[in-house]
Order: sequence, then C-alpha cells, then structure tokens
Amino acid sequence: MSLAFEWLLAIRFLKEGRMQSWLILAGVTGGVAIIIFLTQLINQLQGTIIDRVLSSQAHIVMRPAEEAVLRFDQADTLTAALIQQRGQRLRSIDQWESFAQLARTTPGIKAVSPLATGPVFARNNLASKSVVLMGIVPEDYLNVVNMNRYLVKGRFDIGSEQTVIGTELAKDLGVNLGDRIQVVSESGVVQNLTIVGLFDINNKDLNKRWVFTQLRLAQSLLNIPGGVSSIDLTVHDLFGAKLLAQRLSKQTGLLVESWMETNSGLLNALSNQTVTNNLIRVFVVIIVALGIASVLVVSVVQKQKEIGILRAMGATQQQVLRIFLMQGAIFGSLGSLMGVSLAFALLTLFASIYKAPNGSIMFTAQLDPNLVVMASIVALLVGILAALLPARRAARMDPVQAIRS
Amino acid sequence: MNPILQLKHIRKSYNIGTSIETEILHGIDIELSSGSFSALTGPSGSGKSTLLNIIGLLEPPTSGELIIAGQSTQNIGDDQLTKLRGLNIGFVFQFHHLLPAFNALENVMMPSIIHRHLERQAAEKRAQQLLGAVGLAQALYKKPNELSGGMQQRVAIARALMLNPPLVLADEPTGNLDTHSADEIFKLLEHINQTEGISFLIVTHDMQLARRCGQGFHLVDGQLTQSF
Ligand SMILES: Nc1ncnc2c1ncn2[C@@H]1O[C@H](COP(=O)(O)OP(=O)(O)O)[C@@H](O)[C@H]1O
Ligand SMILES: [Mg+2]
Repeated sequence: MSLAFEWLLAIRFLKEGRMQSWLILAGVTGGVAIIIFLTQLINQLQGTIIDRVLSSQAHIVMRPAEEAVLRFDQADTLTAALIQQRGQRLRSIDQWESFAQLARTTPGIKAVSPLATGPVFARNNLASKSVVLMGIVPEDYLNVVNMNRYLVKGRFDIGSEQTVIGTELAKDLGVNLGDRIQVVSESGVVQNLTIVGLFDINNKDLNKRWVFTQLRLAQSLLNIPGGVSSIDLTVHDLFGAKLLAQRLSKQTGLLVESWMETNSGLLNALSNQTVTNNLIRVFVVIIVALGIASVLVVSVVQKQKEIGILRAMGATQQQVLRIFLMQGAIFGSLGSLMGVSLAFALLTLFASIYKAPNGSIMFTAQLDPNLVVMASIVALLVGILAALLPARRAARMDPVQAIRS
Repeated sequence: MNPILQLKHIRKSYNIGTSIETEILHGIDIELSSGSFSALTGPSGSGKSTLLNIIGLLEPPTSGELIIAGQSTQNIGDDQLTKLRGLNIGFVFQFHHLLPAFNALENVMMPSIIHRHLERQAAEKRAQQLLGAVGLAQALYKKPNELSGGMQQRVAIARALMLNPPLVLADEPTGNLDTHSADEIFKLLEHINQTEGISFLIVTHDMQLARRCGQGFHLVDGQLTQSF
C-alpha cells in the first residue's frame, strides 16, 4: 500500500507549522540526547569503577567453612582477623584440589587460583614489617588478578626462593629489585627470598603488605602443608557471580562469597544511581510525549478546515489518522537521529574536559549501538503513541462542519 | 438516459430526539439524468446546502434513499461511502476550499493522490491539462493566496474534475464573485458539461444564471418543486 498521500500531507503540515515543528523537534532531540548521554555516562563510569574494584580482586572466593571474618577487601579487617587468629593454626581447605577441580569444571567459571595466605614478618637488616604472605601458583593467579598490569619493575615469574613485593614495602625496607629479604614465620622459621618484581596496585595498604611466594613455600611457612586458605575464582558474567557462589557453596559446604556481597555498599550505590537514571528517563519520555501530543492537538485544531476538505474529496478516516500518526513518527525518528548526534557531541566534549588527575583518559566518547537502537525505537513509539489521541480527533472530525464554516 | 442520481423521500432533521428538533427537508424526490445541467434555487436557509451535502454523501439523511451511479448508499460503511464520494462526485463550494499549503497543480492533483488513482506523472499531466482548460496554464505553481477569487474558483473546478466524476455538485460557485467573473465561471461549467458530458447540479441565487440551465429545481419550506 502506498502511503504517498499521507506522507505528502504529514510533511506539508509540519512545514506549515514551521515554528511549532522546530520547537518540538528540539524537545525530542534534547530528550533523546539527555537519555543517551546520561545512560552512556553512567554505564561507562560504573563500568570503570567496577573494573577498578575487581581488577585486584577475585570475583568469587572459596574459604574454609568457619572462617567468616577474613575479608580481603578491607586490609584493616584483615589485620584484625590475623591478630585474632594468632596462636591458633590457620584454617585451611584440605582437599583443595578436588574443590578446585569442581570449580574449574563449573560452567561460567573463567579461572581458578589456590591461595595460601597468612601473617608473617618481612625483614632485612634495617627493619621488620608485619606482612601478609601470598602463596600462589603464579600462572593461575595471573588468570585471576592480572598482576602484570601493576608491575612497576621486574616480572611476575616467581621461582622457589623468589618473591614479588609492593613498592611501599620496598620503600619501608629500603630494598630494590634483585635485593634479598627474609621472611619469618610465626614459629620462627626464616626463609631468604630474592625480589624479582615490584608492584603498585593502587592501594597503599596492599602495596605495604602483600608478599608473593610460591604456594608450596607458603604452605610450609604457614604450617598448612598440602592445604590452601582460599580458592580464588573469576567468572565470565560479572553479575552472575552471586548465583554461582551460592551454587558452589551448596556443592562444597565451603564458605563461598562473591564480589557482589563483599562490595555490597558499592553495588548499592551503583544501583541507586541506576534507579535515579531510570527515573530521569521516565520523566523525560513523559515530557517529550506530552510535548508532541500538545503540538499535534493544536495542529489538528488549526488544520480543521483542511481535514474537512480532504475528507470531502474522499480521504478516509484512516488516511487522516495516518497523516497525524506519521507526524508523531517523524518527530520521534528525526528527533532520535538528531538526539543521538547531539549525545555523541556531548560525550566527546565531556571526554575531553574530564580527565583523571594524571591526565589519563577516564572516559571515552562512544555510543553503545544497543542503546542507540533502543532509544530510537522508544522515541519512534513515543512519537506515534503521543500522536494517537490528536490523530483520532482529526479522523473523527465532521467534514461538513469544516466546509460550512 | 439512465439517471446518475436518484433521491427517494429524503428527510433531514437536526437535533434529533431533542426538544428543538427541526426538520429541514420534508421528503425530497429528484432524479438527475447523466449529462444533465441543473440549477437549484431557493431562499437562504431553505436547506440547499444541506441537500447538496446529503447528495454528496457528506452527511447522512435522517430517512430516505439515495442512489448514485446505480448504487444505493443505504447500509454502507463510512469508508465505502467516502470512496463512493471521491470517485463519483466532484465538489465546488462557494468558498474555494483549496489547501493553502499546496500550489494550484498540487491542489488539482489531490483527489488522485488521495485515491491513488493515477501514477504521479499521469496525474500531473492531467492536472496540467485541466488547469489549462480552465485558463490557468500560467498559474500552475501559484499558491491559492496568490490567486484572485475567480482564479481560485477555477482551480477548485479543475480539482472537482480530476477523477472525471459523473456528477459535480456546485454550492453557489459564483456567490463570491463579481458579475463578470461569475459569468465566466458559469460559461466554463456549461462548456465542461457540453464537452465532457459531466452532470452538474448548481446551487445559485442568481435567477438569470439559473435560467441558463437545462432544468431548475426550487426549494421552499423543505419541499422541492421543479420550476422548469
Ligand atoms: N449542523 C446543523 N445543525 C443544526 N441546524 C443546521 C445545521 N446545518 C444547517 N442547519 C440549519 O439548516 C437550515 C438550512 O441550512 P442550509 O442548508 O445551509 O441552507 P441554505 O444553503 O439553503 O442557505 C438552516 O436553518 C440552518 O440553520
Ligand atoms: Mg448554503
């Protein structure tokens, strides 16, 4: 079916009411731009925040059942926990290989890394510091936390009598790459280690405390032979971590926590932000819809006579209806096209203005195609729906009334 | 000749069912043969426009039957009615009722565009011919507000002829024009009637013009009589 007549009239009517048309088009453009800009901004900033938080953290941590206090996201709590536990044997997962194997074969799990951690002292002839020994299998650990990203010097390739420590600890001990330090266990065992790498993980506390060694060495220093204190996991779907953790907990009887629980405060803040953004979106959509509807209502009244003439010449009610629905659709689609462009311009501007203090890029101007498509569809639908009432009014108008006047 | 239009006992009341219900047409019977050229006269307010609107299917009669081009209009839906109107009846009103946003050519093409009757090029060609025939070959691209009253009425006549309808209804087509222009328009209608064989029913106040028609109807007190 050809809609040539409807198009012709819709466009000519819009051109006739030039001022109104431009104003409402500007309104739709602004609305679409605000929605895309805000959503894109919030998504990207949230993405950046989550990325930063998770880059030095496992998505899921499996621990011995009763060890509820030990939390890695807060170093102070960690220290407290370590102090509390002093004197007792560290809790460990004893048949960790079978649990690790179970995790590895669970769909959705990306990487698995066993970890033996506990309190030790690090010292050289100058100073002695209380630190956390991180016994790892380097290739596994790298799959969970990409330490290469944070390495300032050396490499994260730890041999049997080697270690990688943080830049702050190196400063405290006055040591550098290639130097030796001693690690002293609670039971007094002393182990010499050569520093093969220095990391800066953007966290002063961890930079002071983490001392990486091979898993086996840590096991013997911490007196948990064959055991690990936790198994760290990463997942493919970040926001599916909680469910996976619950499943693994049920299967293993271990204490299994996801990043979503350990960072519940952050998640809350992010979800509040999302709620706010959704509210803004809803209001913008309503305002835009009301704007389109009111412009078209006025237009229908202004065009009363023309509509009557068209009806007298044989235009059906459906044709008249479509003329006005199309005007709504034109507002919606043209507005979304212009809105997307405006949003991109705003994002570009924003990206160029807001940079991290060190000048690095915090934000890149990019448009999520899904978001653009969604926004365009919504704008089109809102345009058509907003036009529905005025269009029906136009279609029902009595042609005789228009012609007699 | 077979009739293009038959009205049988057409009645029309306004405000039906209210305390001030008034019947304007008290049972009208007419038959117009195709190719006829008829005048409809009557005092102001006698219901001439109402009758014309009923014939043109713009408003329904309260009772009675209407047969256009052999088809009864009883019990047919609004869309079919609209279609029947568009294809069989051309309108010329006292006020030209052209679309201000469109030029003369587009206004004339409009019925064809509405009914998707002809391809755009064919429609444009026919519209040009019609405008030429009404003496407006030079004003194709002028908007209505750039034309004089007589010229506007000529455009409206060309538009009424666009789909080559068997019947054209004209409601005081010269009512708004000076005597000279009125005479010109009337001559044009006569010419079209004679050359194209299209039937005309013309409402007019001007008895001199009315007498130039083949037959005359007079509407008084809701009753129609044939005067000649
Ligand atoms: N929609 C309407 N509602 C009520 N009365 C109407 C309506 N349309 C016309 N009339 C009345 O019908 C009568 C005939 O009007 P009309 O057909 O315009 O007469 P004419 O064209 O002969 O001057 C007038 O009295 C007019 O007031
Ligand atoms: Mg009248």
